[in-house]
Amino acid sequence: MRHVDEYRDPAAVRAVVERIRATVTRPWTLMEVCGGQTHSILKFGMDELLPGNVRLVHGPGCPVCVTPLEKIDRAIAIASRPDTTFCSFGDMLRVPGSRDDLLKVKARGGDVRIVYSPLDALRLARQHPDRKVVFFAVGFETTAPANAMAVHRARAEGLSNFSVLVAHVLVPPALEALLSAEGVEIQALLAPGHVCAVTGYRDYEPVAARYRVPIVVTGFEPLDLLKGVLAAVEQLERGEARVENQYPRAVVRDGNPAALRMIDDVFVVSGRSWRGLGEIPRSGYALSPKYAAHDAEAVFDVSGLTVKEPEECRAGLVLQGRLRPSDCPEFGTRCTPEHPLGATMVSSEGACAAYFQYRRAPREATG
Amino acid sequence: MCLAVPGKVVEITGEGELRMGKVDFSGVQRQACLAYVPDVQLGDYVLVHVGFAISRIDEQAAQETLEALAEISALEEAEGEA
Repeated sequence: MRHVDEYRDPAAVRAVVERIRATVTRPWTLMEVCGGQTHSILKFGMDELLPGNVRLVHGPGCPVCVTPLEKIDRAIAIASRPDTTFCSFGDMLRVPGSRDDLLKVKARGGDVRIVYSPLDALRLARQHPDRKVVFFAVGFETTAPANAMAVHRARAEGLSNFSVLVAHVLVPPALEALLSAEGVEIQALLAPGHVCAVTGYRDYEPVAARYRVPIVVTGFEPLDLLKGVLAAVEQLERGEARVENQYPRAVVRDGNPAALRMIDDVFVVSGRSWRGLGEIPRSGYALSPKYAAHDAEAVFDVSGLTVKEPEECRAGLVLQGRLRPSDCPEFGTRCTPEHPLGATMVSSEGACAAYFQYRRAPREATG
Repeated sequence: MCLAVPGKVVEITGEGELRMGKVDFSGVQRQACLAYVPDVQLGDYVLVHVGFAISRIDEQAAQETLEALAEISALEEAEGEA
Protein backbone atom coordinates (compact mmCIF):
# COMPACT_ATOMS: atom_id res chain seq x y z
CA MET A 1 0.00 0.00 0.00
CA ARG A 2 1.44 3.34 -1.05
CA HIS A 3 2.47 5.68 1.83
CA VAL A 4 2.62 2.62 4.10
CA ASP A 5 5.00 -0.01 2.66
CA GLU A 6 7.83 2.50 2.13
CA TYR A 7 7.92 3.06 5.88
CA ARG A 8 8.37 -0.62 6.73
CA ASP A 9 11.61 -1.34 4.84
CA PRO A 10 13.72 -3.65 7.05
CA ALA A 11 17.09 -2.36 5.80
CA ALA A 12 16.12 1.24 6.52
CA VAL A 13 14.79 0.20 9.94
CA ARG A 14 18.19 -1.34 10.79
CA ALA A 15 19.97 1.81 9.57
CA VAL A 16 17.84 4.18 11.69
CA VAL A 17 18.25 1.92 14.73
CA GLU A 18 22.03 2.04 14.19
CA ARG A 19 21.87 5.83 13.93
CA ILE A 20 19.95 5.97 17.23
CA ARG A 21 22.53 3.67 18.84
CA ALA A 22 25.35 5.89 17.61
CA THR A 23 23.61 9.06 18.86
CA VAL A 24 22.79 8.02 22.40
CA THR A 25 25.38 8.53 25.13
CA ARG A 26 23.09 8.38 28.20
CA PRO A 27 19.84 6.68 29.23
CA TRP A 28 16.68 8.45 28.09
CA THR A 29 13.00 7.82 28.70
CA LEU A 30 10.54 8.72 25.95
CA MET A 31 6.78 8.48 26.01
CA GLU A 32 4.77 7.72 22.90
CA VAL A 33 1.45 9.39 23.62
CA CYS A 34 -0.90 7.56 21.28
CA GLY A 35 -2.15 4.03 21.90
CA GLY A 36 -2.02 3.36 18.15
CA GLN A 37 1.71 4.05 18.32
CA THR A 38 2.03 1.70 21.34
CA HIS A 39 0.44 -1.08 19.32
CA SER A 40 2.75 -0.43 16.33
CA ILE A 41 5.79 -0.47 18.61
CA LEU A 42 4.86 -3.81 20.16
CA LYS A 43 3.56 -5.37 16.96
CA PHE A 44 6.77 -4.66 15.09
CA GLY A 45 8.96 -5.31 18.14
CA MET A 46 10.55 -1.89 17.93
CA ASP A 47 11.09 -1.58 21.67
CA GLU A 48 13.31 -4.67 21.41
CA LEU A 49 15.28 -3.22 18.50
CA LEU A 50 16.19 -0.02 20.31
CA PRO A 51 19.38 0.19 22.38
CA GLY A 52 18.83 -0.58 26.07
CA ASN A 53 19.40 3.00 27.14
CA VAL A 54 16.41 4.27 25.14
CA ARG A 55 13.30 3.36 27.09
CA LEU A 56 9.81 3.81 25.68
CA VAL A 57 6.94 4.23 28.12
CA HIS A 58 3.35 4.21 26.97
CA GLY A 59 1.04 7.16 27.31
CA PRO A 60 -2.64 7.91 27.90
CA GLY A 61 -3.56 8.14 24.20
CA CYS A 62 -6.49 5.75 24.23
CA PRO A 63 -9.81 7.62 24.46
CA VAL A 64 -11.72 4.44 25.26
CA CYS A 65 -9.35 3.71 28.15
CA VAL A 66 -9.68 7.14 29.74
CA THR A 67 -13.48 7.33 29.48
CA PRO A 68 -14.76 7.34 33.08
CA LEU A 69 -16.81 4.44 34.40
CA GLU A 70 -19.67 6.87 34.93
CA LYS A 71 -19.87 7.61 31.21
CA ILE A 72 -19.88 3.89 30.40
CA ASP A 73 -22.71 3.32 32.87
CA ARG A 74 -24.66 6.19 31.31
CA ALA A 75 -24.11 4.63 27.87
CA ILE A 76 -25.40 1.30 29.17
CA ALA A 77 -28.45 2.97 30.73
CA ILE A 78 -29.31 4.68 27.43
CA ALA A 79 -28.59 1.61 25.30
CA SER A 80 -30.88 -0.52 27.50
CA ARG A 81 -33.94 1.58 26.63
CA PRO A 82 -36.36 -0.18 24.25
CA ASP A 83 -36.90 2.95 22.12
CA THR A 84 -33.19 3.51 21.48
CA THR A 85 -30.72 2.43 18.81
CA PHE A 86 -27.28 2.86 20.36
CA CYS A 87 -24.34 3.17 17.95
CA SER A 88 -20.68 2.93 18.87
CA PHE A 89 -17.25 2.16 17.52
CA GLY A 90 -16.52 -1.52 18.23
CA ASP A 91 -13.85 -0.78 20.86
CA MET A 92 -16.34 0.46 23.37
CA LEU A 93 -18.60 -2.59 23.51
CA ARG A 94 -16.44 -4.76 25.77
CA VAL A 95 -15.39 -2.02 28.17
CA PRO A 96 -16.70 -3.04 31.60
CA GLY A 97 -19.19 -0.76 33.32
CA SER A 98 -20.09 -1.14 37.00
CA ARG A 99 -22.12 -4.29 36.33
CA ASP A 100 -22.42 -4.79 32.56
CA ASP A 101 -20.93 -3.90 29.24
CA LEU A 102 -22.63 -2.81 26.02
CA LEU A 103 -22.15 -6.25 24.49
CA LYS A 104 -24.25 -7.77 27.27
CA VAL A 105 -26.96 -5.18 26.61
CA LYS A 106 -26.91 -6.31 22.99
CA ALA A 107 -27.01 -9.98 24.02
CA ARG A 108 -30.13 -9.23 26.08
CA GLY A 109 -31.83 -7.88 22.97
CA GLY A 110 -30.83 -4.23 23.18
CA ASP A 111 -30.44 -2.46 19.84
CA VAL A 112 -26.69 -1.83 20.01
CA ARG A 113 -24.87 -1.38 16.70
CA ILE A 114 -21.20 -1.21 15.81
CA VAL A 115 -20.60 1.50 13.23
CA TYR A 116 -17.54 2.45 11.20
CA SER A 117 -18.35 6.16 11.07
CA PRO A 118 -20.67 8.59 12.87
CA LEU A 119 -22.25 9.14 9.45
CA ASP A 120 -23.53 5.54 9.64
CA ALA A 121 -25.39 6.44 12.84
CA LEU A 122 -26.78 9.55 11.15
CA ARG A 123 -28.03 7.38 8.28
CA LEU A 124 -29.85 5.14 10.78
CA ALA A 125 -31.53 8.22 12.27
CA ARG A 126 -32.76 9.23 8.80
CA GLN A 127 -34.01 5.72 8.02
CA HIS A 128 -35.75 5.17 11.38
CA PRO A 129 -37.49 8.39 12.45
CA ASP A 130 -39.45 6.36 15.05
CA ARG A 131 -36.22 5.32 16.85
CA LYS A 132 -34.00 7.45 19.08
CA VAL A 133 -30.57 7.00 17.55
CA VAL A 134 -27.62 7.74 19.85
CA PHE A 135 -23.98 7.80 18.85
CA PHE A 136 -21.25 7.31 21.49
CA ALA A 137 -18.93 10.17 20.45
CA VAL A 138 -15.67 9.01 21.97
CA GLY A 139 -12.31 10.22 20.77
CA PHE A 140 -9.38 12.56 20.73
CA GLU A 141 -9.08 15.57 18.44
CA THR A 142 -8.59 13.20 15.47
CA THR A 143 -12.21 12.02 15.71
CA ALA A 144 -13.75 15.36 16.68
CA PRO A 145 -14.25 16.66 13.10
CA ALA A 146 -16.19 13.51 12.16
CA ASN A 147 -18.37 13.58 15.27
CA ALA A 148 -18.90 17.34 14.91
CA MET A 149 -20.06 16.90 11.32
CA ALA A 150 -22.64 14.29 12.37
CA VAL A 151 -24.15 16.66 14.94
CA HIS A 152 -23.99 19.61 12.57
CA ARG A 153 -25.77 17.67 9.81
CA ALA A 154 -28.40 16.37 12.25
CA ARG A 155 -29.28 19.94 13.21
CA ALA A 156 -29.23 21.13 9.58
CA GLU A 157 -31.54 18.27 8.52
CA GLY A 158 -33.84 18.61 11.55
CA LEU A 159 -33.11 15.06 12.76
CA SER A 160 -34.48 15.49 16.27
CA ASN A 161 -34.17 11.73 16.92
CA PHE A 162 -30.34 11.87 16.70
CA SER A 163 -28.16 12.62 19.71
CA VAL A 164 -24.59 12.02 20.84
CA LEU A 165 -23.10 10.91 24.13
CA VAL A 166 -19.95 13.03 24.15
CA ALA A 167 -16.74 11.64 25.67
CA HIS A 168 -14.13 13.74 23.87
CA VAL A 169 -10.67 14.35 25.29
CA LEU A 170 -7.83 16.69 24.35
CA VAL A 171 -4.16 15.74 24.28
CA PRO A 172 -2.16 18.87 25.30
CA PRO A 173 -3.86 19.37 28.73
CA ALA A 174 -3.26 15.67 29.53
CA LEU A 175 0.41 16.04 28.64
CA GLU A 176 0.66 19.01 31.00
CA ALA A 177 -0.98 16.95 33.74
CA LEU A 178 1.54 14.13 33.18
CA LEU A 179 4.57 16.40 32.99
CA SER A 180 3.66 18.43 36.09
CA ALA A 181 3.14 15.32 38.26
CA GLU A 182 5.68 14.50 40.97
CA GLY A 183 8.44 12.04 40.15
CA VAL A 184 7.89 12.31 36.41
CA GLU A 185 10.50 10.35 34.44
CA ILE A 186 9.47 11.34 30.92
CA GLN A 187 12.22 13.26 29.14
CA ALA A 188 10.72 13.53 25.66
CA LEU A 189 7.37 12.97 24.00
CA LEU A 190 6.36 11.49 20.67
CA ALA A 191 3.23 13.50 19.88
CA PRO A 192 0.31 11.76 18.15
CA GLY A 193 0.53 12.35 14.40
CA HIS A 194 -3.14 11.99 13.57
CA VAL A 195 -4.29 14.28 16.37
CA CYS A 196 -1.85 16.84 15.00
CA ALA A 197 -3.13 16.31 11.43
CA VAL A 198 -6.33 17.94 12.71
CA THR A 199 -5.04 20.44 15.28
CA GLY A 200 -1.52 21.19 14.08
CA TYR A 201 1.13 21.54 16.77
CA ARG A 202 1.09 25.15 17.94
CA ASP A 203 -0.53 24.09 21.24
CA TYR A 204 2.44 21.81 21.95
CA GLU A 205 5.00 24.60 21.72
CA PRO A 206 4.29 26.17 25.14
CA VAL A 207 4.29 22.66 26.69
CA ALA A 208 7.75 21.89 25.28
CA ALA A 209 9.06 25.25 26.51
CA ARG A 210 7.46 25.14 29.98
CA TYR A 211 8.55 21.60 30.87
CA ARG A 212 11.79 21.59 28.87
CA VAL A 213 10.91 18.45 26.92
CA PRO A 214 11.41 17.79 23.22
CA ILE A 215 8.07 16.98 21.56
CA VAL A 216 8.29 15.23 18.20
CA VAL A 217 5.18 14.92 16.03
CA THR A 218 5.38 11.29 14.93
CA GLY A 219 3.58 8.95 12.54
CA PHE A 220 2.58 5.33 12.99
CA GLU A 221 4.66 3.16 10.68
CA PRO A 222 7.91 1.60 11.96
CA LEU A 223 10.17 4.09 10.19
CA ASP A 224 7.98 7.02 11.23
CA LEU A 225 8.27 5.94 14.85
CA LEU A 226 12.01 5.34 14.65
CA LYS A 227 12.53 8.75 13.02
CA GLY A 228 10.53 10.23 15.88
CA VAL A 229 12.74 8.48 18.42
CA LEU A 230 15.90 9.56 16.58
CA ALA A 231 14.78 13.20 16.46
CA ALA A 232 13.89 13.12 20.17
CA VAL A 233 17.23 11.64 21.29
CA GLU A 234 19.15 14.04 19.04
CA GLN A 235 17.40 16.93 20.79
CA LEU A 236 17.99 15.39 24.23
CA GLU A 237 21.68 14.83 23.53
CA ARG A 238 22.02 18.44 22.37
CA GLY A 239 20.08 19.78 25.35
CA GLU A 240 17.25 21.13 23.19
CA ALA A 241 13.52 21.10 23.94
CA ARG A 242 11.37 22.14 21.04
CA VAL A 243 8.50 20.88 18.92
CA GLU A 244 9.66 19.14 15.78
CA ASN A 245 7.50 17.70 13.00
CA GLN A 246 8.66 14.27 11.80
CA TYR A 247 5.34 13.54 10.06
CA PRO A 248 5.24 16.35 7.49
CA ARG A 249 3.45 14.34 4.83
CA ALA A 250 0.30 14.49 7.01
CA VAL A 251 0.82 17.35 9.47
CA VAL A 252 1.30 21.10 9.13
CA ARG A 253 1.78 23.53 12.00
CA ASP A 254 -1.71 25.04 11.80
CA GLY A 255 -3.55 21.76 11.30
CA ASN A 256 -6.67 21.40 9.15
CA PRO A 257 -8.54 24.74 9.12
CA ALA A 258 -11.85 23.40 7.74
CA ALA A 259 -11.95 20.67 10.40
CA LEU A 260 -11.05 23.12 13.18
CA ARG A 261 -13.85 25.49 12.10
CA MET A 262 -16.39 22.68 12.40
CA ILE A 263 -15.05 21.67 15.83
CA ASP A 264 -15.35 25.31 16.97
CA ASP A 265 -18.93 25.46 15.74
CA VAL A 266 -20.12 22.28 17.46
CA PHE A 267 -18.02 21.90 20.61
CA VAL A 268 -16.86 24.02 23.53
CA VAL A 269 -13.81 23.18 25.63
CA SER A 270 -14.76 21.83 29.04
CA GLY A 271 -13.27 20.18 32.12
CA ARG A 272 -13.05 16.40 31.94
CA SER A 273 -12.46 13.55 34.29
CA TRP A 274 -9.95 11.03 32.88
CA ARG A 275 -10.00 7.49 34.08
CA GLY A 276 -6.74 6.95 35.92
CA LEU A 277 -5.64 10.57 35.71
CA GLY A 278 -8.51 12.34 37.45
CA GLU A 279 -10.04 15.71 36.70
CA ILE A 280 -8.07 17.81 34.20
CA PRO A 281 -9.23 21.37 33.51
CA ARG A 282 -10.09 22.28 29.91
CA SER A 283 -9.23 18.79 28.67
CA GLY A 284 -12.40 17.78 26.86
CA TYR A 285 -15.22 18.88 24.61
CA ALA A 286 -18.90 19.36 25.40
CA LEU A 287 -21.58 20.27 22.88
CA SER A 288 -21.98 24.00 22.38
CA PRO A 289 -25.35 25.34 23.67
CA LYS A 290 -26.85 25.68 20.20
CA TYR A 291 -26.60 21.89 19.78
CA ALA A 292 -28.08 21.09 23.22
CA ALA A 293 -31.07 19.32 21.65
CA HIS A 294 -28.64 16.65 20.40
CA ASP A 295 -26.96 16.02 23.78
CA ALA A 296 -27.87 12.48 24.81
CA GLU A 297 -27.10 13.09 28.49
CA ALA A 298 -29.77 15.82 28.58
CA VAL A 299 -32.23 14.04 26.26
CA PHE A 300 -32.23 10.89 28.41
CA ASP A 301 -31.67 12.62 31.74
CA VAL A 302 -28.83 10.37 32.92
CA SER A 303 -26.74 13.10 34.54
CA GLY A 304 -27.91 11.91 37.99
CA LEU A 305 -26.17 8.56 37.42
CA THR A 306 -22.84 8.83 39.21
CA VAL A 307 -20.38 6.11 40.21
CA LYS A 308 -16.87 5.81 41.63
CA GLU A 309 -13.94 4.34 39.76
CA PRO A 310 -13.03 0.75 40.71
CA GLU A 311 -9.84 0.34 42.71
CA GLU A 312 -8.66 -3.10 41.63
CA CYS A 313 -7.63 -2.04 38.11
CA ARG A 314 -4.24 -0.29 37.95
CA ALA A 315 -4.90 1.22 34.52
CA GLY A 316 -4.27 4.69 35.94
CA LEU A 317 -0.61 3.85 36.48
CA VAL A 318 -0.39 2.22 33.05
CA LEU A 319 -1.89 5.30 31.38
CA GLN A 320 0.70 7.51 33.05
CA GLY A 321 3.58 5.31 31.89
CA ARG A 322 4.34 4.35 35.53
CA LEU A 323 3.46 0.66 35.30
CA ARG A 324 4.30 -1.67 32.43
CA PRO A 325 1.20 -3.80 31.75
CA SER A 326 3.14 -7.06 32.05
CA ASP A 327 4.30 -6.00 35.55
CA CYS A 328 0.70 -5.74 36.81
CA PRO A 329 -0.07 -8.69 39.14
CA GLU A 330 -3.49 -9.17 37.52
CA PHE A 331 -2.16 -9.16 33.94
CA GLY A 332 -3.08 -12.32 32.03
CA THR A 333 -4.48 -13.97 35.16
CA ARG A 334 -7.46 -12.16 36.72
CA CYS A 335 -7.46 -9.66 33.84
CA THR A 336 -7.72 -10.91 30.25
CA PRO A 337 -9.54 -9.65 27.14
CA GLU A 338 -12.35 -12.13 27.93
CA HIS A 339 -12.61 -10.95 31.55
CA PRO A 340 -11.12 -7.46 31.69
CA LEU A 341 -10.76 -5.46 34.88
CA GLY A 342 -10.40 -2.27 32.86
CA ALA A 343 -10.62 -0.74 29.41
CA THR A 344 -6.87 -0.85 28.71
CA MET A 345 -7.25 -4.63 28.31
CA VAL A 346 -9.96 -4.47 25.63
CA SER A 347 -9.47 -1.31 23.60
CA SER A 348 -7.63 -1.72 20.29
CA GLU A 349 -5.35 1.06 21.56
CA GLY A 350 -5.03 -0.11 25.16
CA ALA A 351 -1.47 -0.82 26.32
CA CYS A 352 -2.57 -3.91 28.29
CA ALA A 353 -4.30 -5.28 25.17
CA ALA A 354 -1.10 -4.71 23.17
CA TYR A 355 1.03 -6.60 25.71
CA PHE A 356 -1.54 -9.39 25.90
CA GLN A 357 -1.61 -9.71 22.12
CA TYR A 358 2.10 -9.41 21.37
CA ARG A 359 4.06 -10.16 24.54
CA ARG A 360 2.14 -12.65 26.62
CA ALA A 361 3.72 -15.85 25.34
CA PRO A 362 7.49 -16.30 25.33
CA ARG A 363 9.02 -15.02 22.09
CA GLU A 364 10.22 -18.48 20.99
CA ALA A 365 6.72 -19.91 21.39
CA THR A 366 5.14 -17.23 19.20
CA GLY A 367 7.88 -17.51 16.58
CA MET B 1 -9.11 4.88 17.58
CA CYS B 2 -6.80 7.42 15.97
CA LEU B 3 -6.09 4.94 13.21
CA ALA B 4 -6.06 6.72 9.85
CA VAL B 5 -5.31 4.96 6.58
CA PRO B 6 -3.89 6.52 3.40
CA GLY B 7 -5.87 5.96 0.22
CA LYS B 8 -6.24 7.40 -3.26
CA VAL B 9 -9.23 9.56 -4.17
CA VAL B 10 -10.88 8.02 -7.24
CA GLU B 11 -14.24 9.81 -7.29
CA ILE B 12 -15.56 13.13 -5.99
CA THR B 13 -19.21 14.12 -5.66
CA GLY B 14 -21.07 16.98 -3.99
CA GLU B 15 -19.54 20.11 -2.55
CA GLY B 16 -19.06 22.03 0.68
CA GLU B 17 -20.22 20.07 3.73
CA LEU B 18 -21.60 17.39 1.44
CA ARG B 19 -18.39 16.83 -0.49
CA MET B 20 -17.98 13.05 -0.62
CA GLY B 21 -15.70 10.74 -2.51
CA LYS B 22 -14.62 7.23 -3.15
CA VAL B 23 -11.20 6.34 -1.78
CA ASP B 24 -9.19 3.33 -2.93
CA PHE B 25 -7.16 1.46 -0.30
CA SER B 26 -5.09 -1.00 -2.36
CA GLY B 27 -8.12 -2.22 -4.27
CA VAL B 28 -10.73 -1.86 -1.54
CA GLN B 29 -12.90 1.19 -2.20
CA ARG B 30 -14.90 3.05 0.42
CA GLN B 31 -16.94 6.22 0.62
CA ALA B 32 -15.35 9.03 2.58
CA CYS B 33 -16.38 12.56 3.45
CA LEU B 34 -14.05 15.05 1.73
CA ALA B 35 -15.53 18.21 3.30
CA TYR B 36 -12.36 18.84 5.33
CA VAL B 37 -9.99 18.56 2.37
CA PRO B 38 -11.55 21.07 -0.04
CA ASP B 39 -8.44 21.28 -2.25
CA VAL B 40 -8.12 17.54 -2.84
CA GLN B 41 -8.42 16.42 -6.44
CA LEU B 42 -8.79 13.08 -8.19
CA GLY B 43 -5.62 11.01 -7.81
CA ASP B 44 -4.52 12.69 -4.56
CA TYR B 45 -3.85 10.59 -1.49
CA VAL B 46 -5.70 11.36 1.73
CA LEU B 47 -5.60 10.04 5.29
CA VAL B 48 -9.00 8.62 6.16
CA HIS B 49 -10.23 8.31 9.74
CA VAL B 50 -13.74 6.97 10.62
CA GLY B 51 -15.01 7.81 7.14
CA PHE B 52 -13.51 11.31 6.92
CA ALA B 53 -10.43 12.50 5.06
CA ILE B 54 -8.58 14.52 7.70
CA SER B 55 -5.47 15.40 5.71
CA ARG B 56 -4.12 15.39 2.17
CA ILE B 57 -0.84 13.49 1.92
CA ASP B 58 1.83 15.98 0.87
CA GLU B 59 3.72 14.11 -1.85
CA GLN B 60 6.73 16.42 -1.72
CA ALA B 61 7.06 16.06 2.06
CA ALA B 62 6.75 12.27 1.70
CA GLN B 63 9.51 12.30 -0.92
CA GLU B 64 11.77 14.36 1.35
CA THR B 65 11.20 11.97 4.27
CA LEU B 66 12.08 8.99 2.07
CA GLU B 67 15.21 10.78 0.82
CA ALA B 68 16.28 11.50 4.40
CA LEU B 69 15.79 7.81 5.23
CA ALA B 70 17.79 6.77 2.16
CA GLU B 71 20.57 9.10 3.27
CA ILE B 72 20.68 7.50 6.74
CA SER B 73 20.75 4.03 5.14
CA ALA B 74 23.61 5.01 2.80
CA LEU B 75 25.64 6.52 5.63
CA GLU B 76 25.13 3.54 7.92
CA GLU B 77 26.08 1.18 5.09
CA ALA B 78 29.26 3.16 4.39
CA GLU B 79 30.15 3.13 8.10
CA GLY B 80 29.42 -0.60 8.33
CA GLU B 81 31.90 -1.23 5.50
CA ALA B 82 34.54 1.15 6.87
